[in-house]
Amino acid sequence: MTRIIVGPFNRVEGDLEVTLDVEEGVVTAARAGSPLYRGFEQILHGKHPLDALMFAPRVCGICSVSQSLAAARALADAMGLAAPANGRIASNLAHAVENLADHFTHFHLFFMPDFARAEYATRPWHARAAARFKALQGSAMAEAMPARTAFLTMLGTLAGKWPHTLSLQPGGSARALEASEKIRLHALLRDFRRHVETTLFNDTLETVAALDSVAALSRWTAEKPRGDFGLFLEIADDLALDTLGRGIDRFMSYGNYPQADGLLLPRGVWQGGLRALDEKAIAEDLSHAWMAGETRHPACGVTQPDDAKADGYTWCKAPRLAGLAVETGALARQVVAGHPLARDLIGKGGGSVKARVVARLLEITLILPHMEQWVRQIVPGEPFCTQGELPDKASGVGLVEAARGSLGHWLSVADGRIANYQIISPTTWNFSPRDGAGVPGPLEQALVGTPAGEGQVAVQHVVRSFDPCMVCTVH
Amino acid sequence: MDTRTPNLVWLQSGGCGGCTMSLLCSGANRLFDQLGDAGIRVLWHPTLSEQSGAEARALLEDCAEGRVPLDFLCIEGALLRGPNGSGRFHILSGSGKPMTEWVARLAARARHVLAIGSCAAWGGVVAASENPTQACGLQYDGEIPGGLLGAGWKGQGGLPVINVAGCPSHPDWISETLLALAQGQFTAQDLDALKRPRFFADHLVHHGCARNEFYEFKASAHKPSDLGCLMENLGCKGTQAHADCNLRPWNGNGSCTRGGFACISCTEPGFEEPGHPFHETPKLAGIPIGLPTDMPKAWFVALAALSKSATPKRVRDNAVADHQVVVPAVKKTGLK
Repeated sequence: MTRIIVGPFNRVEGDLEVTLDVEEGVVTAARAGSPLYRGFEQILHGKHPLDALMFAPRVCGICSVSQSLAAARALADAMGLAAPANGRIASNLAHAVENLADHFTHFHLFFMPDFARAEYATRPWHARAAARFKALQGSAMAEAMPARTAFLTMLGTLAGKWPHTLSLQPGGSARALEASEKIRLHALLRDFRRHVETTLFNDTLETVAALDSVAALSRWTAEKPRGDFGLFLEIADDLALDTLGRGIDRFMSYGNYPQADGLLLPRGVWQGGLRALDEKAIAEDLSHAWMAGETRHPACGVTQPDDAKADGYTWCKAPRLAGLAVETGALARQVVAGHPLARDLIGKGGGSVKARVVARLLEITLILPHMEQWVRQIVPGEPFCTQGELPDKASGVGLVEAARGSLGHWLSVADGRIANYQIISPTTWNFSPRDGAGVPGPLEQALVGTPAGEGQVAVQHVVRSFDPCMVCTVH
Repeated sequence: MDTRTPNLVWLQSGGCGGCTMSLLCSGANRLFDQLGDAGIRVLWHPTLSEQSGAEARALLEDCAEGRVPLDFLCIEGALLRGPNGSGRFHILSGSGKPMTEWVARLAARARHVLAIGSCAAWGGVVAASENPTQACGLQYDGEIPGGLLGAGWKGQGGLPVINVAGCPSHPDWISETLLALAQGQFTAQDLDALKRPRFFADHLVHHGCARNEFYEFKASAHKPSDLGCLMENLGCKGTQAHADCNLRPWNGNGSCTRGGFACISCTEPGFEEPGHPFHETPKLAGIPIGLPTDMPKAWFVALAALSKSATPKRVRDNAVADHQVVVPAVKKTGLK
């Protein structure tokens, strides 16, 4: 057995170290290490509860709006506040812009450049992949980055700036929109739609969103060239990415985008079938984290670093749902929501590199048309933000779906101050270490069986297929 | 003459990656064209480069040992000296060595070192409360000179660490600093007292604020989403904070005050611990403690009282609404 340490693991958000035990060229065990601890939960202790709105987005520069929204929802829960329709819609729009921009960034900047590597020089698609996606040089990046920048100007209007806004409030949005701004936002959505329909799909969003099986996806791909998504699918077939990075096939989603009549994407757990999600069954195991304390529900969780811990190999806690590891992210959201293509993908090959990437791009096609509707539903002149009083003693939970998956904030207030603040981020779930029973986290399990060693890029594909955000992970 | 193409290494220390995300909002296409025009080659950036693992470590080691000359070292995120001075709160993955050690070694070789964002400049939000990770900036610990590299430190190019502060930093602040350096158009005179580039730090956030008329009449917002001035009640520090956020908009046409919330003076050292909740203006006898920079307090109080008494109904009513409830009158006689 040889041990390989991969780090710095770049083109992920933040710092990651992966330790691999390799026998005969195949990973037999993996450990995901988060080597950075910043202490946000310690910092928030004793602060005014509304200060969480300033600190939370700064947990993460790439899912900043999701962090803001989770904090705002936890505060709203503690205050017993509900946002007016305009505030709910404006918050959903800001959230969806960030989520879709993150999917878009992941595909172009983080994931695809690996196929331009010299290791693949003999593959029939390599020249095209290199021309489009070579890091810092590819033509796709040159097109995608201005499109992303333009799309994110929606957040200039909706939230003042990105990242790190304070417009998302417990009572809705502090940024009321005018009629002419609705027109501008709609135009920006149409611009982004045109870009992805042209370069990613070579088809309409609605057609891609309606693909209902792996077979339908294959037929669609065979019809004509399908842009950069088509290139990915060609590579995925050639490298059998549908069999790479098989996960634990237990998926969780907190649900997302509240509408007047409930969540657009539902909350739930999928393990061979759909089940209700019991938030009370969440607990963080600290056995292999450099953290002192016992396994606890996050509402009474403790964050106390202990860098001398013998069994520790990461700053990341190990969240478990009813004692079990779960995978979270776009694939999990769409499987829980019952999208037929997502269900068919995991039915045929389980969670895989291909399934995760397809689900992310599928989500762009599903959410963008809703955003166009939401802009139309805003009524200028009607309120965007309700006000309320914060009780001296209260508790609240904020659950949202960030681009990378389920994000929760648990807040306790005593004597008008934050008595406890606990955050569980998507990558805390996906890249969690082993738990007290020795069961590895989702990535750690997905890496087992992956070819590794000289000239092998497969480990990189598996890790990046989760779109990890390491700054969020430990916070 | 050195005809080598200047290169750039970017490292992410104890931060959130938000300054990189902000930088990419300049449109990476345009950004990389700009850097290319200035002859700057990106040797390694954790978000953008192909090299990973051993390849990346070798590249950093070459720079740290001086085998590869290093022109621009950009550090994003605070330097975490804890626990107990060990730096173990951030080990650069794969290297077994604290990030603080890497930064110090690389900085010693670099022609110019840039602190990207307020974490790298001062410590920033990570240094709040009890500062559990012993976070500091490259050359400042809050507003006290020192930090990781020490107050007297200078790069090979003769400049101290350039503090491109902000939380996050504005994409243009970063790119324009780099371009000015590459073109030899940036000297010690271009830095303010806190070593921030003066082209943005010689302005106040107040300059160009869209709420200006409300400020003039002290017609103040009382709650989030109100249109009025955010200074009197909602914690806005725009009249004191050094930055050009309302002259050089964010993400198209945004800024904090345009986004409906107060300036929290994120380009200033210590902004993370203002000594009061961020959404409230601290007052003494009903008068805000933090008055505009350069203005005698008595004058401010007198002017505020006068302008409050002269506030037009339109401005007063709109200040506490989330949309205009009274629009400016159209004069029949035309504008004079």
